[in-house]
Amino acid sequence: MDLTYTQEEESFRAGLREWLSRTLPQLPPRPDPLDWPGRRAYDMGWQRRLYDAGYAGLHWPVDAGGRGATPTQHLIFLEETEKAGAPYVGANFVGLLHAGPTIASEGTPEQRARWLPPVLRGDEVWCQGFSEPDAGSDLASLRTRAWRDGDDYVVSGSKIWTSHAEVADWCELLVRTTPVSEDVPKHRGITWLAMPMDAPGITVRPLRTLAGSTEFAEVFLDEVRVPAANRVGAENDGWRVTMVTLSYERGTAFVGEVVACRRVLGDLAREARKNGRWDDAVLRRRLGRLSAEFGALWRLTQWNVSESQRSGSGVPGIGGSVFKLRYSHARQELYEAASEVLGPGALDLGHEWTLDRLSSLSYTIAAGTSQIQQNIVAERILGLPKGR
Amino acid sequence: MDFQLTEDQRALKAGLRELLEGRFDGAALRDAVVDSGAPSLDRALWRELGDAGFFSLRVPEEEGGVGLGLPEAVLVFEEAGRALLPGPLVATFLAAGDVTGAAQGATVVTAVSGGLDGGLVPWLDEADVVHGDVSGAVPLRSVDPLTPLHRVPGACEGPAAGEADLLIAAEQLGSAGRTCEMAVRYARERTQFGQPIGAFQAVKHLCAQMLVRTEVARAAVYAASITGDGTDITAAKLLADEAAVRGARDCLQVHGGMGFTWEADVHLHLKRAWVRAGLGQSAARAEEELAAAL
Ligand SMILES: Cc1cc2nc3c(=O)[nH]c(=O)nc-3n(C[C@H](O)[C@H](O)[C@H](O)COP(=O)(O)OP(=O)(O)OC[C@H]3O[C@@H](n4cnc5c(N)ncnc54)[C@H](O)[C@@H]3O)c2cc1C
Repeated sequence: MDLTYTQEEESFRAGLREWLSRTLPQLPPRPDPLDWPGRRAYDMGWQRRLYDAGYAGLHWPVDAGGRGATPTQHLIFLEETEKAGAPYVGANFVGLLHAGPTIASEGTPEQRARWLPPVLRGDEVWCQGFSEPDAGSDLASLRTRAWRDGDDYVVSGSKIWTSHAEVADWCELLVRTTPVSEDVPKHRGITWLAMPMDAPGITVRPLRTLAGSTEFAEVFLDEVRVPAANRVGAENDGWRVTMVTLSYERGTAFVGEVVACRRVLGDLAREARKNGRWDDAVLRRRLGRLSAEFGALWRLTQWNVSESQRSGSGVPGIGGSVFKLRYSHARQELYEAASEVLGPGALDLGHEWTLDRLSSLSYTIAAGTSQIQQNIVAERILGLPKGR
Repeated sequence: MDFQLTEDQRALKAGLRELLEGRFDGAALRDAVVDSGAPSLDRALWRELGDAGFFSLRVPEEEGGVGLGLPEAVLVFEEAGRALLPGPLVATFLAAGDVTGAAQGATVVTAVSGGLDGGLVPWLDEADVVHGDVSGAVPLRSVDPLTPLHRVPGACEGPAAGEADLLIAAEQLGSAGRTCEMAVRYARERTQFGQPIGAFQAVKHLCAQMLVRTEVARAAVYAASITGDGTDITAAKLLADEAAVRGARDCLQVHGGMGFTWEADVHLHLKRAWVRAGLGQSAARAEEELAAAL
């Protein structure tokens, strides 16, 4: 067990810090949170800078356009960029954190060459078309149909909760290519497709979130033609490919956010000392416990990263579910505590913490609800029997 | 950075587990539990632990010890906690090298653990050497049948969290891991309504949370053993206490009526977890200290 970073890792950190301190002041002002085209441009501009400086796709394999850096270097990257207050991956979330890695591990050489460089350069935005109105937690019961017509699949159905659909160029889309029957259980007939979002037959209808923004949407698909060449993995093998995607989604997507939460906790303490709330021992102790919590979550992150580095798999292990469960609740606790620190100010939507409190409510739902994660931990890690 | 156990560390852990399974297994544990009167310390087992290098683990090799560090100490205390090994292990371990015979398991050392409204001393009557002022100590009818306790009057707030707290935390971690395993095993075997109770989500979710609390505590305890930092240790004790106490309670719940019996070992884990949470730094003080460090 070793928590010290190697000389090589430390010099990587130093170089990155130096670059961040030079680059961040040059960034344009952040756009209004409701201005989606503005946000896309801002996020992708940041991605382009990372690309030009050699920091894009750090932990991706070299033959996928990445840098082939170790998971530890990737961890340092996430830690330092968050500490420096650099922009979050934002609109590039799906492309960088799960569609990209999925294509890198499951795609053909042609597919990797076509889709990965634009993700890394910040030219193309991806979204995730998994959930449907009647298939959320029970993802495998999805009904969007695709049938083969010449060199194309023709797709009809609808998706929901599709984050960033409004500004996306591509969608990682799950479709049913074989109907469910006695011979074909629901997990078997699914296929993973890359769908261009400008294809005829696609209608995107933004949904308003409880925080007032339109960060996700409904997507209606009416006989949309998707080239068969856009299929990642074999026909009807999409469930396996999806598991790869989900392990990325749950595994590494939150690393930088733990660092952010620790920073917010420090800000809460500062604010409480300033406004007198610090005299409340209950609140103080609550913040103290959260400090233990986020400290341990950071250590758990280091543990998981070291494990994936040892195994060399690159795919984050199932420990991602353990992390996601605890983290999503801790984050909600953090913003509950923030509202206590703020007092009546917590009811002011103009305060950043109030908006963050609202958005933290999605953490126990998105990317698999806490109930589903608990099932996964119980069945796949602890080996408890599946219920009937 | 390679925050994983080395081969040697794994072997150390496995070695102690094997030794304890051979010398202090479930049957020995039950034998050690007496219904009335204070338990006595198994001196032969202590010597055996001494011979195996348990107490001298951190004593330098020049002085006849094993010469390992705090991370290794934490790993063996995790195993001790898992097996519910009784005795003032922490105080004796920390005295090895200073108190003659402690390293060999020949001298049993205990210490006063400070608290704002009085201190606690485990195993006072059985100890050969006592660290701290025990004047006026009165025996308690200890809740843990495997840990006799005395209470020392007067406020004697101990120092900030140190190695003793970390080793207690490691024992709590071992206990948390063990009760999680016990719950999972029972949930797979026990059937109700025609299926194993582990197939019911209400049971599954209890088990999943036990594992999550254990793994979060593990990350904190192991990391604190590497940094040796006081704040890290404070956090580790806080999280490990929670993992052990709540883990034992949930394990009891999973066992149903059986869990409420003296025959099930669950209560032993719960009571010991309470005692360990009462020794060393309390949750209240830990939370205050962590807040002050923000
Ligand atoms: C902010 C946000 C962004 C999202 N972005 C995307 C995206 O980009 N692409 C995408 O495809 N999806 C996205 N989702 C969808 C997300 O993955 C689903 O909302 C989630 O999987 C839950 O599905 P559901 O909403 O249908 O809830 P349901 O499955 O209907 O669940 C309702 C309740 O029932 C519980 N429940 C359901 N099944 C079980 C069970 N077996 N055991 C115990 N409890 C159960 C759930 O835990 C929950 O409490 C997003 C969601 C949010 C909130």
